[in-house]
Amino acid sequence: MNRRLWLWGGAGALLLLFSAVVSLSIGAARPRVPLSDVWGILLHQVPGLSSWTEAVWPVSSEQIILKIRLPRVALDILVGACLSLAGAGFQGVLRNPLADPYTLGVASGSAVGAAFLMLTGMQFAGLGQWTIPVVAFGTGLVSLFVVLRLASENGKIRMETLLLSGVVLQAFLGSMVSFMVSISDKVVNQIVFWMLGSLALRGWPFVGALLPYLIVGFVVLMFYARSLNLFALGERQAAHLGVRVERTKIVVLVVSTLMTAGAVSIAGTIGFVGLVVPHLVRLMAGPDYRLLIPLSAVLGGTYMVWADTLARTVLSPTEVPIGVVTAFIGAPFFAYLLRRKKARA
Amino acid sequence: MIDADKVRMSFSGRRVLDDVGFSVRGGECFGIIGPNGSGKSTLLKLLSGVDDPEGGEVRFGGKPVRDYARKELARRMAMLEQEALPAVGFTVREVVEMGRYPYQNWLGDEEGEPGGLLDAILDKLDLTGLAERTLEHLSGGEKQRVALAKVMAQEPELLMLDEPTTYLDIGRQIQLMDRIQEWRREAGLTVIAVLHDLNLAALYCDRLLLLHRGRVVGIGEPRDILTPEKLADVYGIAPIVTEHPIRGVPQVMLQPGGWEKRLAGEDRDNGRVDVSRRG
Repeated sequence: MNRRLWLWGGAGALLLLFSAVVSLSIGAARPRVPLSDVWGILLHQVPGLSSWTEAVWPVSSEQIILKIRLPRVALDILVGACLSLAGAGFQGVLRNPLADPYTLGVASGSAVGAAFLMLTGMQFAGLGQWTIPVVAFGTGLVSLFVVLRLASENGKIRMETLLLSGVVLQAFLGSMVSFMVSISDKVVNQIVFWMLGSLALRGWPFVGALLPYLIVGFVVLMFYARSLNLFALGERQAAHLGVRVERTKIVVLVVSTLMTAGAVSIAGTIGFVGLVVPHLVRLMAGPDYRLLIPLSAVLGGTYMVWADTLARTVLSPTEVPIGVVTAFIGAPFFAYLLRRKKARA
Repeated sequence: MIDADKVRMSFSGRRVLDDVGFSVRGGECFGIIGPNGSGKSTLLKLLSGVDDPEGGEVRFGGKPVRDYARKELARRMAMLEQEALPAVGFTVREVVEMGRYPYQNWLGDEEGEPGGLLDAILDKLDLTGLAERTLEHLSGGEKQRVALAKVMAQEPELLMLDEPTTYLDIGRQIQLMDRIQEWRREAGLTVIAVLHDLNLAALYCDRLLLLHRGRVVGIGEPRDILTPEKLADVYGIAPIVTEHPIRGVPQVMLQPGGWEKRLAGEDRDNGRVDVSRRG
């Protein structure tokens, strides 16, 4: 177990590092910053290593990398990790391979709260920079609760019903956001662009704001990893093996929603990441949550780095919203999973 | 070992169990029989602490079941379910190891590694060759063996069976019941089995509880419970009860007819409560 974790974890971390460095060197700025300079600039920042590397690059490059691109890539990683972990958590306790912050309507729920604050100009009312995430968490939880209530029949939740409920709620919440957009005249662009998902021009403070969500979520999910394994056998089996089923469910659903809210309030609704990433991990490393959770975090970060790199280069200098990119990859993947699930049943 | 004292339970206003009381002795095999909807599964849920009774109490080892922590309970009682294990991507060994969950701390470690125990169980149930296969690639019978191995790994004092033979052919039924019987003898295990098949119940259980519409019709040795009169009352059939030529226990032979009266009566009952019932 531990050997497999180090093996996969190490490979995943290397892939993440490589992706981050490549992504850092790609951007709209001219002249391009060569890959070797990126390595140099990064290593130069590591305490103890700075004397080994000679600063041979223009100061402008260093500024671009450290002030603009690095925080963006860091944010990519955090958002991707949060969404993937949330997806893994939802899939685990709901025993539904198609659950994800987006398909469950949780992301849209969080978005409504955030958009409302933007519309009314209360982004920083009360709790400063925490206002949006906290409100988004609240509205996300409410929508999760509504979806689960809609979907449950006699205490059981069927996969199809759950997805249907998610779709219905998403349509409703989406139209609420559209409504807010249409009654506002000055902040239209802000809401619209944020809604589709963007990680541009966020800077370091946002990285610091999202990091606690990821850490809390990761630690809690790891703590429940073995319980989630038993969930795979069914709730009743898990209960007979000593899992406190209701408590596990509530805690995991709440932290997954928390991570979703954190990611959404900073980057908008970026769909399907929580669906695609844990599934790819399962294909490679199997269903064990003790592996699935850490690997989903690492691979989620990597996935998002590449999605964001695509988003800002495909139509350069225009940026495609990152939510568009992930939906382009994620929706067909969703369809594939749905078909496979049907073929099996 | 386990006592039920005037246990009551109802669902949406309909009484499912009414003043059910009995005690099961350590080392005994106790069968619970009765027609569909007589409350067998509900009773098992109360005994295993999954649900709390509305009235009355279930005591396990002298202490109310609801006072046990979930993990402690799982170290002392296990449940073998009717449904096969789902086709998950875990290997046989991983699933069997899940039976050790109640003994492990949050890191998944256990004092005194159970490696030897797991190997012995896998070996005993002829699963060693399948140990690294995932459940998706097993047949129904193999999965049933994995489920049994998992509850064996739990090392319980009390094993509950919820109609475990429902989806098995007769060969596998006997095989499963024999394996449980053997385990019982070796480990002094107590067994409570909800069974549909009256003949299996008579062959393997020391005592039987016959349940009908949530009430106890009788508790006793198979020969006192499986009488033509009681079976006619409860199941509405006109059976022939003979003695097993070798084992000496009662065996029930069916013959067509006799159900009209009972089922007609039941439909009338259902028609009355159906609106409030729904599932």
